Amino acid sequence: MWKWLHPYAKPERSYQLATTLLPWFAISSIFCLSIGVVWGLAFAPVDYQQGESYRIIFIHVPAATLSLSTYMAMATAALVGMVWQLKLADAAAAAIAPIGAVLTAVALVTGAAWGKPMWGTWWIWDARLTTQLILLFIYLGIIALHSSFEDKVLAGRAAGILTLVGVINIPIIKYSVEWWNTLHQGATISKLDKPSMDSAMLIPLLINILGFALMIGALTLIRFRNEVIARNAMRPWVKELVALENK
Amino acid sequence: MDHALLSAEKLTCIREGRILFDQLSFNICAGDLVQIEGPNGAGKTSLLRILAGLSRPYDGVVKFKQQDISRYRDQYYENLMYIGHLAGVKGELTADENLRFNLKIHGDNDQNISETLAKVNLTGFEDALASHLSAGQHRRVALARLWQSKAKIWILDEPFTAIDKAGVIELEQLFIQHVDNGGAVILTSHQDIQIGRDRLQRITLDYNFD
Amino acid sequence: MNQSLSYWQTFLIVLKRDLQVAVRNKGDIFNPLIFFVIVITLFPLGIGSDSAILTRIAPGIIWVAALLSALLSLERLFKNDYLDGSLEQMLLSPQPLFIMVFAKVFAHWLLTGIPIIVVAPLLALLLHMEQSAYGAMLATLALGTPILSLIGGIGVALTVGIKKGGVLLSLLILPMYIPVLIFATSAIEAAALGMPFSGHLAIIGALLAGSLTLTPFAIGAALRVSTN
Repeated sequence: MWKWLHPYAKPERSYQLATTLLPWFAISSIFCLSIGVVWGLAFAPVDYQQGESYRIIFIHVPAATLSLSTYMAMATAALVGMVWQLKLADAAAAAIAPIGAVLTAVALVTGAAWGKPMWGTWWIWDARLTTQLILLFIYLGIIALHSSFEDKVLAGRAAGILTLVGVINIPIIKYSVEWWNTLHQGATISKLDKPSMDSAMLIPLLINILGFALMIGALTLIRFRNEVIARNAMRPWVKELVALENK
Repeated sequence: MDHALLSAEKLTCIREGRILFDQLSFNICAGDLVQIEGPNGAGKTSLLRILAGLSRPYDGVVKFKQQDISRYRDQYYENLMYIGHLAGVKGELTADENLRFNLKIHGDNDQNISETLAKVNLTGFEDALASHLSAGQHRRVALARLWQSKAKIWILDEPFTAIDKAGVIELEQLFIQHVDNGGAVILTSHQDIQIGRDRLQRITLDYNFD
Repeated sequence: MNQSLSYWQTFLIVLKRDLQVAVRNKGDIFNPLIFFVIVITLFPLGIGSDSAILTRIAPGIIWVAALLSALLSLERLFKNDYLDGSLEQMLLSPQPLFIMVFAKVFAHWLLTGIPIIVVAPLLALLLHMEQSAYGAMLATLALGTPILSLIGGIGVALTVGIKKGGVLLSLLILPMYIPVLIFATSAIEAAALGMPFSGHLAIIGALLAGSLTLTPFAIGAALRVSTN
């Protein structure tokens, strides 16, 4: 692992790598998303129970599914940063956090918007929605902690510790919220337990999930490049880069 | 060097986007009395904190007897005495309790508390709460540990702050005695050290940043 | 050369010092307790004195108030030590950091957790809690409040060097408290309904065991970052 990572421990190298990868991620995500969105919103068949309103799943499901995966990616970066004391991994984790928070917020808002026609109310203390809400709080806590340190290296280390504490805690929270929900269950309608989904709906959904994942990758690369540049602003290679841009 | 007690290897320190020092290397051996010099903001305290293992350098390692201090903290800390700007003396405890706790927690002998306090002119103040002591006396409670310390390396950030002239001379004598016994002292000070000037080595931090 | 201390000795030395400091600074012990009592008396005033409603929500009120008062008292765990430099000295000690951290958290629990457990039955009385729920309430508080101190310790350790860390602390810590809140209140509710609650207690016990083993290391790591 260390041998493989070692060359990228140099900020210039990882900056270059991010620059090389960025167009691939960006182009393929735009490609997938345009197919998935157009297919899902315009061509996929209408749901016989929910009518047109079900189409929000093409945004909601990718956001909700990936919000947790994004946290895991961030935690992996934080772990690498802690174990190998790799500052760039901390930078990557810091780059991911706001993206994850936005995804979680999108999942919550679209979930609520979907809930209105489904349940007749904007908010219901459903286990999934509640878990998403708590996940959003945890993301916000990590971002807030990161931004309250002046020194970016320290900020990365502190946020990394919190991220890892969260990784241990999130499954416990998820489990306890689900258990709490069954205990206090009112008239909750389980929304994703439909026996099967028509492939005409499923395929655009899967394409959209892939598109979201690629978009997250692209956004992470952009933010990672910014973090690297900001942290190395006083280094000659950054100054050269700026000079090159200004030409 | 094999006989170096403490060696700094290519230390780089960056604070608020400013490089304080870059690729700084030096060795400190038994018998060295070293003063870190430099203008305000040059990174003297940062360097001492890195040497003590309190801060992690941006780059580079500090080694104690050829072992990275961040890996072998216990061995290093048995041989380190660090006194920073903050005295580490609790206002709610008496001079005696403070000294006793500080000695115990660092594994030093806490049998002769009153004699030790006498050495820093605090006889009669043993049972006074530290918050009732003057600034100089407060500082002396922290420094009293030096007389009982078995640590080889002393890292002292501005040890003479708030200490009167007679006290400064006693401290200087203690430093000389410590380095003569095979210890090492690393300190910062705005005052010039009088005794043992011939022994004093200097590390000057004046990194030119553009 | 150096007298080496056993874990137990180190633990006792730090514990004794923290208790001494607290005894001479009595506000640290009493203020969170008074806060706990006041918060609980606010609920009947805000909701109305209907005893059926109060009985229904008593477990939740007591536990939410316990969470908030733990949060309020947490800052004293490391803040003063950070400000006067004793935290630095603790980090430089050859004794294992997790033992010292553990002793400090234990002292915090003795000073803030125990008083809450002691006054809780009195407040349960004010809230007309079911007779059968008292035992469950005490048991959940006994097992749960140490978790609050332990997990809270991570948050304080992370924010101790930040100037206005208090609000940030609540943002970091409260989401982490949710499992304890859920299992503790449902144990009390189960007991009030005359149902068994040993399963809930077992889960809280497991959470406690997990926090006891993991958090001292996390707190130690966080302190090394904060004092940088």
